[in-house]
Amino acid sequence: MSHSLITPSVVSNTGTPALEIRGLGKTFPLGGLFSRDSVRALHGIDLTIGKGEIVALVGESGSGKSTLARCVARLEKPSSGEILIDGVDVLKRDRFQASRAFRSQLQMVFQDPFGSLNPAHRMDHFLRRSLAIHGKSGRSERETQSRLEELMTTVGLQADMLNSYPHELSGGQRQRVAIARALAVEPQVILADEPTSMLDVSVRIGVLNLMRKLRDEQGISMLYITHDLASARYLADRTAVMFAGEFVEEGESLDLLANPAHPYTQLLVSAVPDPARAGSYDPVRRAELRKAVMASQHCAFHGDPNQACSSEEPVRHQVGDPENRHWVRCHLYRPWAAASGHALASEPLPPSHPASNAQEKASA
Amino acid sequence: MTISQVSFGSHEPVLDIKNLTVKYIGDTRSTTAVDRVSFSIGTGEVFGLAGESGCGKSTIANSIMRLLKDPAKIAAGSISFGGKDVLAMSPEELRRFRWQDVAMVFQSAMNSLNPVLTIGEQIVDIFTTHAGYSRKESMRRAGELLELVRIDAARLKSYPHQLSGGMRQRAVIAMAVALKPSLLILDEPTTALDVVVQQEIMAQIKELQRELGFSVLFITHDMSLMVELSHRMAVMYGGRIVETAKAQDVYATPRHPYTQALMGAFPPLSGPRLPLTGLPDGVKFRNIPDLSEAAPGHFVAPFGADASVAESANLEGAAR
Repeated sequence: MSHSLITPSVVSNTGTPALEIRGLGKTFPLGGLFSRDSVRALHGIDLTIGKGEIVALVGESGSGKSTLARCVARLEKPSSGEILIDGVDVLKRDRFQASRAFRSQLQMVFQDPFGSLNPAHRMDHFLRRSLAIHGKSGRSERETQSRLEELMTTVGLQADMLNSYPHELSGGQRQRVAIARALAVEPQVILADEPTSMLDVSVRIGVLNLMRKLRDEQGISMLYITHDLASARYLADRTAVMFAGEFVEEGESLDLLANPAHPYTQLLVSAVPDPARAGSYDPVRRAELRKAVMASQHCAFHGDPNQACSSEEPVRHQVGDPENRHWVRCHLYRPWAAASGHALASEPLPPSHPASNAQEKASA
Repeated sequence: MTISQVSFGSHEPVLDIKNLTVKYIGDTRSTTAVDRVSFSIGTGEVFGLAGESGCGKSTIANSIMRLLKDPAKIAAGSISFGGKDVLAMSPEELRRFRWQDVAMVFQSAMNSLNPVLTIGEQIVDIFTTHAGYSRKESMRRAGELLELVRIDAARLKSYPHQLSGGMRQRAVIAMAVALKPSLLILDEPTTALDVVVQQEIMAQIKELQRELGFSVLFITHDMSLMVELSHRMAVMYGGRIVETAKAQDVYATPRHPYTQALMGAFPPLSGPRLPLTGLPDGVKFRNIPDLSEAAPGHFVAPFGADASVAESANLEGAAR
């Protein structure tokens, strides 16, 4: 899958990246047994996460964020592409399902801390099982116990909470236990799928701060999936914007959100509620942005001799200083009508492109 | 309470709540969900009620609509709407009061549409039941109503599943304002929606509010959204109001530590990346005293070493 001219950003710290995704694609079959229709949930995803780096993935519901997370976590089988952890293609190494070795390299933290902890067990149980399954228990009971207490301290909980049941803890505390459970395995990469969206607002920042602390102190890499642009800006080193199953823009978080180049990113940024710019909502501008997202007529980089551009293939353009590792996919390239209609839900569907649909079926 | 004197719209309050106390009564113990809460909403005013889950904000909304069911009981206080005592209404008066005087949009309202009836049938239902119009007249008005929220009247024939989440939510808002209520209660109206759609719905509500001139009680946990929409707002914690003032004043100078924590929970989209703290895990305020005026029109519950207790993490304290 070489659809990009600029190779995915070079990670600043040298060495093998912690997680590398190359040309990942996923199609879901539609209809009955003999139907040949399919919906393309992911297409040509390239992403590199360096050691000790947090990358945020933002987009609206239906843009494919969670499908990407499920593919990377091997809960879903990708249709194409490679997932490299420490330079090893895990899809080739463990062909059919994720191995324990893979699970000890990559752990997940889910959205719902109320559903992800069994109510019948004490905190002690969750952490002990993580340790036992991955062979990380101590040689003696005392060693294991001190490891558990250390884990609790790391995530900012008191050791005596090991004896409590999930219902005795608040949402924020439960999410901390879920993070401790992931940490017990000593993973290289943590995949956090909307870890704060079910928490009370006042404790969300605490969980984000904890994730940042883990990166700073233990060098853990994270893929932080969220729909909240402000929290991506707060936590992540880099941010990638997803639209209709493809990345449309990526760059250093501060630069990307300050100078969004793709109309879809501009649309997202303009919609974040912010009292500092109250009353900035402009229906005319909104309609223009929507139109630009659905059917771009104009490429902002047209005429730049350094940028190769064509309306047939998506081309990545560099935005601003190369230091910001900020690129945007050509605005003129747009994904299939069906997928984009899903992502911008309140807009009526544009007329479908019969040619591209046929192409889609052929490739599926 | 002097708060009822400060209102943004006209001086005649549409809704006046005084010392409302709601208890959930159990066999062995009871919980006070709303504790001596007073506020009023003026004509054409948007009043925001902010707070986290479990602070009692939805219980207040349900008390106003008289929707509380056992074991919840209004233990004390009064709710008056346009001079009428809501708590003393007969079932027949209540039936007219709901929807005609006060309408409510619930959090997952878009899922409250009946999946086997078209949007048109459901709107016509409101007009024939509450306003006594003929079917034909009702249908015409239903079309107008949808156009008011920028949905094509042809959509009257659509079933809910044929509309997107944002369109369904707009249809529900249209239904809420169908009978021109003087108060609209919005309980987290956009929580389940994407930001882009959320912003468009909020703009829609603002526009409707300017056009039809109703008052709004807006309930949410999203402070940024609340400050954008509301004229005045109150912050609730543990069943008590800890701070109330003009929304811009609360945004500019939050005075109560809990309000400050809520404000600090939303990282900004511009400026340098500064570390934020939020509310430390397990911190709890107890025995929140009555509000006192900290600045003109800005009421804050006194806090400090003796008045309200901020405790560090422990199991009882954190069981919120």
